[in-house]
Amino acid sequence: MPASTSSRRFPVVIPPAWNPAARAFFFLLCLVPFLALSNAVISDSLGPDPAEHLMHVTGEWVMRFMVLVLAATPLARWGWPRLARYRRMLGLYAWFYATLHLLVFAQVYIGWSGGILVEELAKRPYVLVGFLAWLILVPLGITSANSIRRKMGRNWRKLHKLTYAVAILGWLHLLWLSRSDVGDAVVYGVIFVLLFLYRLWNWQSKAVLHKAS
Amino acid sequence: MSKKPWQDYPQIASSEITPESVWLNRRNLMKAATASAGLVMAGETLAQPKQLKELSFLPAVDGTPFKATEELTPYEAATTYNNFYEFGTNKSDPARYAGSMTTDPWEIKVGGLVNKPGKLNLEDIMSDFDLEERIYRFRCVEAWSMVVPWIGFPLSKLLERFDPKSEGKFVEFKTLYRRSEMRGTRSFTSIIDWPYREGLRMDEAMNPLTLMTVGLYGKTLPNQSGAPLRLVVPWKYGFKNIKSIVEINVTDRQPKTSWQDLAPQEYGFYANVNPKVSHPRWSQAYERRLPSSLFNPSRVKTQMFNGYGGQVASMYKGMDLARFY
Repeated sequence: MPASTSSRRFPVVIPPAWNPAARAFFFLLCLVPFLALSNAVISDSLGPDPAEHLMHVTGEWVMRFMVLVLAATPLARWGWPRLARYRRMLGLYAWFYATLHLLVFAQVYIGWSGGILVEELAKRPYVLVGFLAWLILVPLGITSANSIRRKMGRNWRKLHKLTYAVAILGWLHLLWLSRSDVGDAVVYGVIFVLLFLYRLWNWQSKAVLHKAS
Repeated sequence: MSKKPWQDYPQIASSEITPESVWLNRRNLMKAATASAGLVMAGETLAQPKQLKELSFLPAVDGTPFKATEELTPYEAATTYNNFYEFGTNKSDPARYAGSMTTDPWEIKVGGLVNKPGKLNLEDIMSDFDLEERIYRFRCVEAWSMVVPWIGFPLSKLLERFDPKSEGKFVEFKTLYRRSEMRGTRSFTSIIDWPYREGLRMDEAMNPLTLMTVGLYGKTLPNQSGAPLRLVVPWKYGFKNIKSIVEINVTDRQPKTSWQDLAPQEYGFYANVNPKVSHPRWSQAYERRLPSSLFNPSRVKTQMFNGYGGQVASMYKGMDLARFY
């Protein structure tokens, strides 16, 4: 294979150095929104309707982590190769904030009532779509353990392509929620489209390579 | 002649002394002067909080539908958690940004199918109508609710003054639309067609529960609550309670309302609180009585017509409320 094309393939050269301090720093950084929210809940400083605020903020963090997960690959190739090491952690954090989002919904909006959950899923497409996104995150999260990843081999990568589905469903969830102002949905939409286009372009160049060889 | 000569002249209201463009401009000049003097740290804090005036009024009477018995929502919650999209879509935006709205002088225009169309300024409204307190449950379509002590007077008294014609079947309301003072209306991604509009059927407008509101908790309305004059219709979802009214028209056909324009499948003209008819976004069976908390969400069952069925159900006899939501 010519040297010039190998740089397009992933993984490029992920730095072998596994710096535990940097990893701990990243881990804590991603936890900051959760700690801030917990503190606000404890000190009761979320205003008269904490439920609404918590739903809003946890949902926003899911979207932000989905952007980071999808951006990690191109950014790793464009000069921050270490970021590839953190992709899985970012993905797990997306799942973590999505789970918090769901827990707040269960606690405050439906009061842990299965009946109301079924009604919500049946009647409100945005709830269904959001719930589906969370459900897909479950197998992605569970299979992120190294031992399972090794066992799964090539299938692991195939399964984790579902990340795209999570992003799309999450975005639909947000769009469906927008009532009079679609600003947020537009911003995330543009970012996701750019990140998808990047991959489409990448796959195509790979396909061309395969044909050539 | 017993009449004193000055009585031949109408009293001049402050709104008539200075043209609007001049005082709006003067306000801007004053802001600019303050800002350049370095007295103000950030642009958003330019507008000083309005001085709220104490009002005198008849207190709500025990045992009547005019005085809900539930615990009052704290003033702080009622005035910092608001929907007033002219200032932004977050609940905290109105309290933060509505200070930029000029509410004095203020004038409302009443027209359409009335025999005596005209204008009323705030001074007249405050002096001509007897104010009373009404403690009402307030239920938002987003499934949160409050209990608020409003101060105002029945809308019917205001309408009667303009003598609606018999063919007038509906009443249309419009909110102030002033881009320079309302940052939400300048949002590029907002899809609301300003000004905000709402409407009532004539019998709903004349119902004694329907309140033209000028205050809450004993004082004039803060801007985020719809100063200086708003509507409160306690058996309907909150979005019917149009804020900062500048225009009222009596019409013979059902007026188009802002939310109906935006999403007719979600927001009906009637918008009666109805736990049996769910909204595409929110189940209406329950509500969160504010202040709520994460571990004690104060979820309560929503009542038909928000508990005012005894006073209003007869107006909807024979109507399919799932169709006319």
